[in-house]
Amino acid sequence: MTDQVTDNRMGAPVGPDEGQEVYDLAIIGAGPAGLTAALYAARAGLSTALFERLSPGGQCAQTEHLENYPGYTRSTSGFELSMDMYDQALSFGAKAIMEDVTSVDFSAEPNKLVTPFNTYFARTVIVATGAVASQLGLPHEDELRGRGVSYCATCDGNFYRDKDVVVVGGGNTAAADVIYLSRICRKVYLVHRRDKLRATAIYHERLRELGNVEFCWDSVAEEFITGESGRVTGLKLRNVKTDDERVLAASAVFIAIGMRPYTAFLEGDLETDGGGYIVADAMGRTTMPGVFAAGDVRTKELRQVVTAVADGANCAQSASEFLEAKEAIEEAPSAL
Amino acid sequence: MAEVIKTADEFRTKVLEAKTPVLVDFFATWCGPCRMVAPVIDEIATEKAGQVAVYKVDIDQSPDLAFKYQVSSVPTLIVFENGQIKNERLGAQPKQNILAML
Repeated sequence: MTDQVTDNRMGAPVGPDEGQEVYDLAIIGAGPAGLTAALYAARAGLSTALFERLSPGGQCAQTEHLENYPGYTRSTSGFELSMDMYDQALSFGAKAIMEDVTSVDFSAEPNKLVTPFNTYFARTVIVATGAVASQLGLPHEDELRGRGVSYCATCDGNFYRDKDVVVVGGGNTAAADVIYLSRICRKVYLVHRRDKLRATAIYHERLRELGNVEFCWDSVAEEFITGESGRVTGLKLRNVKTDDERVLAASAVFIAIGMRPYTAFLEGDLETDGGGYIVADAMGRTTMPGVFAAGDVRTKELRQVVTAVADGANCAQSASEFLEAKEAIEEAPSAL
Repeated sequence: MAEVIKTADEFRTKVLEAKTPVLVDFFATWCGPCRMVAPVIDEIATEKAGQVAVYKVDIDQSPDLAFKYQVSSVPTLIVFENGQIKNERLGAQPKQNILAML
């Protein structure tokens, strides 16, 4: 099977095969941004292909309770909301292709998208690939994943019932992880590089009420301590103000230090900012004509489901306008 | 749909004594990434029917099986061949990564 994957990449055609569909729009990523773009584009009559490497919803689908999606007054499941968005987009004719776009060629006309299984073509592209959890970048971090290092407290917290654990981070994810783990684990250490959390105010109050949480302020993770079993037994910290070192004894370290945009497959085709986010204007236009960016992967201040869906709608509109303008030029009789 | 294995006996006959390679998805009902990868697992089960057997183990229903294979992160995907572990990966993976494990 791996051979076949290689073959497809090596022999990827330069243009569409005879009779192969060229989509008006390809959307990469079926999170809230991509799903909304698909809904708007399909309703606007664009032939729309929606690519997804796993299943619809992205980070939203993995959020147990959404408390800040307007209109849903009782907290709603991110999974259910995602599936509703997905069904809605497909009901208007968007075509879902459950394949991982591993490379793109935006210089080709039409744009080319390559997956391990096929090659696709589209006149416009919306990149809505979102973001993935950042790593600490400490030695052995990869090998220790599943052996005490985790990036998902709700996934792995149960394996550390009645144990002592550490959460590294200071934002909303870290705060939510601490609250969740404090119900399961004996003790939870929260390690944060600053002397106060970045998390939204509502979390501060909830955290203060917890009896089994110890805050380690001004501290950064320096080293995973492992035992004979090859599993995490602790985390070495360094205080950034005093340089003092301290080892926390813990069975697991949950890393919640934020996200990084998922853009590796673009190979630098689009301009990005210092954080690697795709530079795009208010209507989602990137530095490449006909290519747009929506959701967490683009430059923006607030990364939320509500801002992602807004980006998706704007990008679908931009794609539609781009196609109309292009068609007008192509149809205009030559002045020469 | 990949069938869920519940007992150690079932695991022995269906996975360890299987003639074909077997992909096992150790999952939990409350795990988001498990739900994300579930349709991919089912797709592989359908496409590879006859060549590769695909099963799931709910770690809450079968904690002994999860313990035996040292599952401490879900989803954990393990490929068995002739009763031995051939490959193991943690976390939701796109289809090509899972196919490459087989």
